[in-house]
Amino acid sequence: MPPTNSDESRDLAFQEAIDADRTVEPRDWMPERYRSTMVRQIAQHAHSEIIGMQPEGNWITRAPSLRRKAILLAKVQDEAGHGLYLYAAAETLGVERRELTELLITGRQKYSSIFNYPTLTWADVGAIGWLVDGAAITNQLALTKTSYGPYARAMVRICREESFHQRQGFELLSELSRGTAAQHEMAQDAVNRWWWPALMMFGPPDTESPNTAQSMAWKIKRVSNDDLRQRFVDMTVPQAQALALDLPDPQLRWNDARDHYDFGPIDWEEFRQVVSGHGACNAQRIAVRRAADEDGAWVREAARAWEGRQSSRTSAA
Amino acid sequence: MTAGVAGLWVVDLREVALGLGDDCLVLSHRLAEWTTHAPELEEEMALANLALDLLGQARSLLTLAGEADGRDEDHLAYWRDDRDFHNLLLVEQPNGDFAVTMTRQLLFSTFQELLYRGMAAGTEPRLAAIAAKGVMEARYHVEHARLWVQRLGGGTEESHRRMCRALDLLWPYTRELFEPTESWSRAADQGAVPPLSSLEEPWRHSIESLLADSDLEIPGFPAWQSGGRLGRHSEHLGHLLAEMQHLHRSHPNASW
Repeated sequence: MPPTNSDESRDLAFQEAIDADRTVEPRDWMPERYRSTMVRQIAQHAHSEIIGMQPEGNWITRAPSLRRKAILLAKVQDEAGHGLYLYAAAETLGVERRELTELLITGRQKYSSIFNYPTLTWADVGAIGWLVDGAAITNQLALTKTSYGPYARAMVRICREESFHQRQGFELLSELSRGTAAQHEMAQDAVNRWWWPALMMFGPPDTESPNTAQSMAWKIKRVSNDDLRQRFVDMTVPQAQALALDLPDPQLRWNDARDHYDFGPIDWEEFRQVVSGHGACNAQRIAVRRAADEDGAWVREAARAWEGRQSSRTSAA
Repeated sequence: MTAGVAGLWVVDLREVALGLGDDCLVLSHRLAEWTTHAPELEEEMALANLALDLLGQARSLLTLAGEADGRDEDHLAYWRDDRDFHNLLLVEQPNGDFAVTMTRQLLFSTFQELLYRGMAAGTEPRLAAIAAKGVMEARYHVEHARLWVQRLGGGTEESHRRMCRALDLLWPYTRELFEPTESWSRAADQGAVPPLSSLEEPWRHSIESLLADSDLEIPGFPAWQSGGRLGRHSEHLGHLLAEMQHLHRSHPNASW
C-alpha cells in the first residue's frame, strides 16, 4: 500500500483540511473517532430536544390564556422538529434513528441534564424559554461554525427558532414580573430554581473537561465551556435587570478589570448527581419516552405492514 | 332580540359560534394531550399541527361569540362550567389509543369540512371568513385521518382489531352531529349556516367508502347519544375543564 494511503497521512490531511476551515461532509473520509464523537454529540443534542418537550409540554393543557397556549404548543412542536433534523444529521454518519432511540430509552446515551429538573409552576415555562433557551443559543451559535457540515447547517436553522423562543420566554416572565404580587413571586421563584442549572448547561470547567482539547482541535467545539458560560452570564444579567427579577447569586457583580461579570461558585456536586441519574426527573423522563415508544409499536408496525402491501400491489400491477 | 348582520339574531349567531368554537377548543385540548406520547416523531408534529389549527379556529369563533356581551376568548374558555359548554360529545371523548384518536378525528373532521364548506358560502360574513380559512385546515385533517384509518384498518391483525373497537366506541356519538339546535335552524333559515340534514348523506358516504377500502364497516347498531350542544355532557368534560381552567381561575383579574 502506498504511504499516501496510510492512516497517519490521512489523519494528517484531515487535520490540515480542518485547520484550513473546510467543513467535513458526509462522503468525506474522516477518522473513526471524529465520526463517533460527532454521532454521539448530534444524537445527544437530538435526544435533548425530544426529552426537552416534556418539562414544557407539562403545561400545555393548563396554559392560563389561549394565546399562551398556542405559543407553547408551537414551541414544543418546534422542538420535535429540531429533534427530527438532528436525527437526520446523525443519519448522514451511517447510524439510524431507531438505534439512537434505543440508546436513549435504555439510558446508554445522555441528553442535556437540565431537563431532569421539574416544571413546578407556569413561570417555569418562561424561565426555560429565557434561561435554558438562552444558554442553548449561546452554545449553538458557536456550533453554527462547527466542522461537520450537516450539523453546522442544522444549527443555523435551529438557532433562528431558538432566539424566537427565548424572546417569548422573556416576554412571558416580563408579564408575570409586572403582574400581581403572586405572579411576580412565581416568576422570581422560577428564576431562583433555574439559574444555577442553566449555568451548568455549559458543562464542567475547562480544567475538568476531558473531551475539550480533541474537540477543539477538530473544531467540533469552537469555544470552551467556561468562555461560553461567561458569555451567557454577561448577556443575561442586564436582561434580569430589565425584568426586575433578581439572580440568586450574591457574588454576581461587574468586574471592570476583567470587563465581565464575576459570579459565585457552581455546585458541581449537584451537576454530577443529576448527570449520573439522580435528578428529580431522570427516571420519569426516560419512562415517558419508553412508554411512548412501546405504546406506539403496534402503530408503526401497522404502517409498515400496510406500506409493504401497497408496494407489493404496485409491483404486481 | 337584536337583529345582527344578514337578518341573523345576535343570540343565534352567539350560540352557533359558541358551539363550533367549543368543538375546536375541546378537541384541540385532547390532541394536545398527545404531546410527548405520540407513536413516532412525525406524528408528534402532525398532532400538534391539528391541535394548533383547532385552537386558532376556537379563538376566532369564541371571539365572535363573545362580541355581543363583551366577553373575550379567555373569559369564555376559562370561566364557563361544563353545563355552559356547547361542544359535541364526540370531541370530549378521551384519546384512548391511537386508533380511537384517529377515528374521532375522521368522524369529526369529515363533518367539520362539510360544515365549513357550507358556512364559507353563507350569508354571515364573519362566520364565512372563519370557515373559509378553516376549510383548508379541515381538509388536511381529513386527509391525515383517512390515511391512518386505512393503514390501521389494513395493517396488522392487532391494528384492525383496535380500529373495530374504536368505531364501536365512538359511533354512538355521531347522531348528535346532525341534530340542529333551535338557533342553528334559524341561522340555517337565514342562509348563514348549512342545514345539518344536508351534511349527513355526504358525510356518511365519505366515511362508508373509506371504511370499505380499509376492511372496516360502520357498526350495525344505531347512534343514540346526544346532548352536548345543550350542555349535557359526558363525565369526561368536567375533568378536562378542571385541568384547563385551574390556573387561570386561581388568579382572577391577572393578565398573562
